[in-house]
Amino acid sequence: MMRRVLVFLAVAGLAAALLPLALGTGVPEAPGALATAYLEDAPGDFGAANVVTAIVVSYRGFDTLGEVAVLFAATAGVGALLTRKRLGIGDAEPADKPAATEILVTATGLLTGLLVMFGVYIFLHGHLTPGGGFQGGVVIATALLLGLLARPESKLSHGILSAVESLSGAAYVGMGLAGAFLAWGFLDPRVLPLGRIGSLVSAGSIPVIYSLIGLKVGAELSGILDALKGDRE
Amino acid sequence: MSILEFVSRINPVAASGAVLVLVGVWGVLARPNLFKIAIATSVLETGVNLVILSTGYIRGRTAPILDSAADASTAAARMTDPVPQALVLTAIVIGLAVTALQLSYAVRLRAAGGGSSIESYGDEKW
Repeated sequence: MMRRVLVFLAVAGLAAALLPLALGTGVPEAPGALATAYLEDAPGDFGAANVVTAIVVSYRGFDTLGEVAVLFAATAGVGALLTRKRLGIGDAEPADKPAATEILVTATGLLTGLLVMFGVYIFLHGHLTPGGGFQGGVVIATALLLGLLARPESKLSHGILSAVESLSGAAYVGMGLAGAFLAWGFLDPRVLPLGRIGSLVSAGSIPVIYSLIGLKVGAELSGILDALKGDRE
Repeated sequence: MSILEFVSRINPVAASGAVLVLVGVWGVLARPNLFKIAIATSVLETGVNLVILSTGYIRGRTAPILDSAADASTAAARMTDPVPQALVLTAIVIGLAVTALQLSYAVRLRAAGGGSSIESYGDEKW
């Protein structure tokens, strides 16, 4: 009873705290000074049509590098927690799982290529349209999830996964260092020509960095999905 | 103040986010099942992301992407605040990683012979 009262008080307190926000007070008439500077400078500085991408990859690029590191740590944690030995399965053969339905198997065959292509499209156009490396990586991992659902007994090749992940991670840091030596700072995208705003080859190294992030996130999330299957050695 | 005026003052993004935050906090505090706590954290994160997004939401303005609706010279006058959107992009990915880690801890605890309920770990309480 006491606990229910405390929970109710906590939820009611939070509701009172959130009420002014929900009622629209405090919502600005115009962006703040920092946001205005980003909106005005991003096209000229980096030639990126998508201002959010310019912030994520360039202005706050170091933050994104840390974010990729956090995702890597979480993937390593999930992989270490869910091994067969730790789950107590040992070497025992898993019980026969029912085969996937024909609809799922057929749809997987048709959709896998399209999904990977769509993911690549999303991260290649991250500087032009809503989207980018993280979203594209998630779409690519969806293709692998479909494959795992259609063939539960199949195993992902961990060698290829870790090769893609570590190579793209190293190349990301390499692009950052190239920015430090060839341009004005770590992760500065002006190492490559900026091009015309709105064209696919523009915004310096932003599409390159976002593609590397996309490959890395796709490989990491596929690793998480594979680990959650629970039959890792 | 008429009801219509009151409703029109509600920021729809912040209001839906606030509801999700409250549902998530209630789930984390009141549900004993570890898997439900993980899902409630996920709902809570979604709500927090919506509330952060709403702080950069400006009525009548377009998304911060340069196209025919706004070019570089009119960007600051026609676009919403891009900073909360960039922050939320980060938060979504971290939230996904945290949910995956939470779920694997729950699976691991169950596999080691513990229960799914947080009540069965009362020994670790203090």
